[in-house]
Amino acid sequence: MSNAPVDKGRRRFLTVATSVVGAAGAVGVAVPFIASWNPSARAKNAGAPVEVNIGKAEPGQLIRVEWRGQPVWVVRRTPEMLASLEGLADQLRDPNSEQPQQPEYAENLYRSRKKEYFVAVGICTHLGCSPQYLQNDFAEQVEGVDAGFFCPCHGSRFDIAGRVFEGVPAPYNLVVPPHYYINENTILVGKDGEQA
Amino acid sequence: MSKLIAWIDERIPMTKTWNIHLAQYPAPKNFNFWYLFGVLAMLVLVNQILTGIWLTMNYVPSADGAFASVEYIMRDVDYGWLLRYMHSTGASAFFVVVYLHMLRGMMYGSYQKPRELLWVFGMLIFLVLMAEAFMGYLLPWGQMSYWGAQVIISLFGAIPVIGDDLTLWIRGDYVISGATLNRFFALHVIALPLVLVILVFLHIVALHEVGSNNPEGINIKKPKGSIPEEEKPKFKFHERFTKKYDIVDAFPFFPYYVVKDLVGIGIFLFFFCYVIFFAPAMGGLFLEPPNFEPANPLKTPDHIAPVWYFTPFYAILRAVPEKLLGVILMFGSIAALFVLPWLDRAKVRSIRYRSGFHKVNLAIFVVSFVALGYLGLKPATEVYTFFARVFTFLYFAFFVLLFFYSKNENTKPVPERITK
Amino acid sequence: MKQFLKTTLLVAATLWSVASFAADPTVPLDEAKVDLHNKASLQRGAQLFMNYCLGCHSMEYQRYNRTFEDLGIPEEIGMENLQFTGEKVGDLITNAMPAESAGNWFGTAAPDLTLVSRVRGADWIYTYLRSFYVDESRPFGVNNAVFPNVGMPHVLEELQGIPRKTYEEQMVDGEMTERYVGIKTDGSGMLSPSEYDQAMLDLTNFLVYTGEPMLLEQRRMGWYVFGFLFVFTLFAWFLKREFFKDVK
Repeated sequence: MSNAPVDKGRRRFLTVATSVVGAAGAVGVAVPFIASWNPSARAKNAGAPVEVNIGKAEPGQLIRVEWRGQPVWVVRRTPEMLASLEGLADQLRDPNSEQPQQPEYAENLYRSRKKEYFVAVGICTHLGCSPQYLQNDFAEQVEGVDAGFFCPCHGSRFDIAGRVFEGVPAPYNLVVPPHYYINENTILVGKDGEQA
Repeated sequence: MSKLIAWIDERIPMTKTWNIHLAQYPAPKNFNFWYLFGVLAMLVLVNQILTGIWLTMNYVPSADGAFASVEYIMRDVDYGWLLRYMHSTGASAFFVVVYLHMLRGMMYGSYQKPRELLWVFGMLIFLVLMAEAFMGYLLPWGQMSYWGAQVIISLFGAIPVIGDDLTLWIRGDYVISGATLNRFFALHVIALPLVLVILVFLHIVALHEVGSNNPEGINIKKPKGSIPEEEKPKFKFHERFTKKYDIVDAFPFFPYYVVKDLVGIGIFLFFFCYVIFFAPAMGGLFLEPPNFEPANPLKTPDHIAPVWYFTPFYAILRAVPEKLLGVILMFGSIAALFVLPWLDRAKVRSIRYRSGFHKVNLAIFVVSFVALGYLGLKPATEVYTFFARVFTFLYFAFFVLLFFYSKNENTKPVPERITK
Repeated sequence: MKQFLKTTLLVAATLWSVASFAADPTVPLDEAKVDLHNKASLQRGAQLFMNYCLGCHSMEYQRYNRTFEDLGIPEEIGMENLQFTGEKVGDLITNAMPAESAGNWFGTAAPDLTLVSRVRGADWIYTYLRSFYVDESRPFGVNNAVFPNVGMPHVLEELQGIPRKTYEEQMVDGEMTERYVGIKTDGSGMLSPSEYDQAMLDLTNFLVYTGEPMLLEQRRMGWYVFGFLFVFTLFAWFLKREFFKDVK
């Protein structure tokens, strides 16, 4: 055993360097384990964009489709419904859609690309129930508004553009999913499309 | 920090355990290459447990879904192929390191007194590992999985009187079926790993109780007071070791052997990762081609052989023209290893100081084992069967001869101290 | 120790020579020079597969969109020209033939081909595809030299032409004998023999790809891992050398 003095600096450096490299390796090894929890190709495929045919939708009708396992609504709104959206601002939490609950192209009064059609994920922003579509009887919930969405679980109320009313448990407006019009009669839900 | 450590130490013996088993554990100073495989086996065990848990997240344990779910993991799950290859390569790597670890024990007499129980725990680990690997191999539900399991389970049919009922009971059906798959899955992912981990723990407890052997086979514990102070190593060992003995020619496991093992682990990982990334099937040895075909109970592949790590024992089985005797010899070949500490009656441990006869005997044993492994992969032609018989004979001859010559073996004088 | 090693090696060497003497014979296969980087070849192979194989054989573990992406085919073009089954581009490549009726027509269900390259190997597939020959005794009028009595018609006949086992007359020791010179086409196919070989190589290439679609990524990642291991082992080695100064 030699009695040469130990070069503490060198030893320290090598210890730290090896530890750092080893830790980097451990992080690298963790990557596949963590990444494997992402949605698989099968899940992504099952959640692929969905085409909705709106050619036969009557005024006031709600079409329900499944996208990524969630209900997505397409509502063909009547002129009366559209008119009811105005003048509600002081009763709503987020009347101008400032919260990021919709794509940029839906940041307007109607929260849609085209006024007539409202596309939304039919999941209450409170705790995940699916609200009911009250085409004519919404006035029982909010005086003076004929159509809207009402969540039976905890009584949250949304207007016909999915904007949440004050005084209910739901914190945000309904989510508008990415979507675009392939043509006059077809909406693709799940993709922003090029005209975005 | 030191306050926190003190707080914990008042409640559980953390620092004490660290010192006894690592920082102040006396390890002989002459460990060589062969002493790496224990650590590597631990590393592979951790790899198997982690990747195994992750594989169960997407694997479907049913006859209808198993094969497709493995391909789902390989293709649709992000990095699923990597997790699967880590697991399949790990299985083979486990046996590589365990076989080398066992050979190390045989070369340096690490099974001899006082390490008999250590060896027996090790053999139990080996046995459970074989069961674990066998059951795991059924899970991909490919042709080899199916027919390999069929053949191995049929072995139990050789047992007189209860054989047929026993095989039926193991399968839970008249053939290998979803019922068999599900029970193997449960044992493979829960029961056997649990047993394995407990046995590994006991193996290490036993090792640290008696202390590590070394390539010289010389005891590093000397009678208390027999070693002058200036000859003792300058390191502090835990009083648990120094209370009764004077420790010589040793240094603490941590940091010295830990940093040395890191180098070994790095080199091992080169080989391990080479297989994972460049040859996961290892030319059909680690993943057999017929296993990429879903299990078909109506059609046996042209040539079936178990995975390479079972072939030495499989070759012994096939070498015997009588079913029951073949099964007995196959299990006997493993049982003989169990009782090795009592078959070897030599007073000298390391092969370095044993007779030339013993060296040749052990060499023939190693060659026989490898040759049987090779023959077990091959179809049972006349020539191959002949050789399998020769090597089966030599395999057992090792133990028989050892028992007789070891008692009065012409060994070389063993030095008092490790000089190197 | 040395003596032990020497003996081990000696016995092993003797054994090896004996074993190689007793090695079993193998069927000669032509080497398939597949190249997974050759996307043009893979695309042609995919086209052949979709047009000629998918009628009976499925590829049920592989997805269309993954195939298009890996082969560099834009999704729209792929869906229009290569996707004949399934609705969505993310669907698995299944076929329309129910396994039962296939069993009735061919005696056995046509196997799924996703993993055929891992079961048989590229060389086997390449040779098999070029080894059909006329044999009137078989139900489909053809047999295969690599897979005797295969229950499959020669679906690529319009490409290859009619292949026959061909013999040449030869003088051996003053006697005329017939010598087998391989399978030759009558030239009625759309492709020349060398074009046909290339097409089959493309198809083989595609099947090798579907067997292990992750293969290129896997190898690329392997080099990075090697790079890391090199750095780690180097540092660990210096560290070990530093610490062992205490005990040398």
